[in-house]
Amino acid sequence: MMARGLLDLLAALGARVNGAVVRLGFASRFFLAVLAGSGTSLRRLPLTIREIYFAGVLSLVIIVVSALFVGMVLGLQGYDTLVRYGSAEALGTLVALSLTRELGPVLAALLFASRAGSAITAEIGLMKTTEQLSAMEMMAVDPIARIVGPRFWGGVISMPLLAAIFTLVGIFGGYLIGVVLIGLDPGSFWSQMQGSVELREDIVNGLIKAFVFGVAVTLIAVFEGYDAVPTAEGVSRATTRTVVTSALAILALDFVLTAFMFRGV
Amino acid sequence: MMSKRVLDIWVGAFVLAGLVSIMFLALRVANQSTFALAAGDTYRVQARFDNIGGLKVRAPVKSAGVLVGRVAGIRFDNESFEAVVALELDAAYRFPRDTAAKILTSGLLGEQYIGLAAGGDTVNLNDGDTLKITQSAIVLENLIGQFLYSKAADGDEKKQ
Repeated sequence: MMARGLLDLLAALGARVNGAVVRLGFASRFFLAVLAGSGTSLRRLPLTIREIYFAGVLSLVIIVVSALFVGMVLGLQGYDTLVRYGSAEALGTLVALSLTRELGPVLAALLFASRAGSAITAEIGLMKTTEQLSAMEMMAVDPIARIVGPRFWGGVISMPLLAAIFTLVGIFGGYLIGVVLIGLDPGSFWSQMQGSVELREDIVNGLIKAFVFGVAVTLIAVFEGYDAVPTAEGVSRATTRTVVTSALAILALDFVLTAFMFRGV
Repeated sequence: MMSKRVLDIWVGAFVLAGLVSIMFLALRVANQSTFALAAGDTYRVQARFDNIGGLKVRAPVKSAGVLVGRVAGIRFDNESFEAVVALELDAAYRFPRDTAAKILTSGLLGEQYIGLAAGGDTVNLNDGDTLKITQSAIVLENLIGQFLYSKAADGDEKKQ
């Protein structure tokens, strides 16, 4: 009896691992298919522009508002700590470095995943459930080039722009608290920031991070939608999985990228 | 469904806002004076130090307080047992050949940087030259050691 239960457990474990490997293989094949079909989706630019609108423009409000608050919190907390060491002027450096290197790309990507990624998954999943994808295939229209490709590229293009806007608004929030509210000298706020933020090291690396997150989040979103079980429950589970997997992927990728980029030799 | 024109305007405005943000980050937030360094319009010189303290790669090189370059590399010379520091200087700034390099600290707890004090030679430094006059970093432990030693010596003199 005991041995039987153990065997069942092992079998279940094996089935899970098997399933995960199969899904990973399917996801990689899917990624290649999206890249192969992206020539079509970039040629039909209006489709991609429509997706930039849905993924990027409609995410602006949440990005701008959260960035403002994140910047203001950084300003308050940073000032609180820095003033103990008599170096409150370094607030600009603290706000700008933490936003350009980490918080800007990571938080923008997390918000993007929950705002736009989930919408993409739900949309594609529902299309699959209502057999619109199969109908397209019947009409000899490749759904990957027509539906998935534009959404993928729309997200990949939007993400670095959203991260840049997030960083900028966040720095403005830090400025509001530091200079306007607390009354630090604006000259030293900006000059300390300019003295320590590097164009190539910090800003370009931040944008590279945002681009990588954009690829990861959008790929997860379109894949989960495409792979969803075509029922109401299946679509809802796929949407949840998009947000969870994206968040984990963003944080794990961020660690790897940071380890590569900012080793602080 | 909104008309295609309105859609294009919104997306155009969004992309423009993103690009303006990137421009602003590059021009206002980042250091403009590193543009020449990023563009690669530089020359390299070397300096040998007995002790570099906590100097790091990419630390600033300043002359009269103005940023003129960055530390490009640090290695240990196993023949002379010295640290060899490569300095990448902006090509816009030329220094005489007998320029002195010191390792200084900005503020009490600040980062360490290299200060260049220009000499009086008529020939300028070229790519690949080595700075002859250098002054090592001040290591706090050595300083305290010296201070205690001299205090002890003072005390001995007074007793006698």
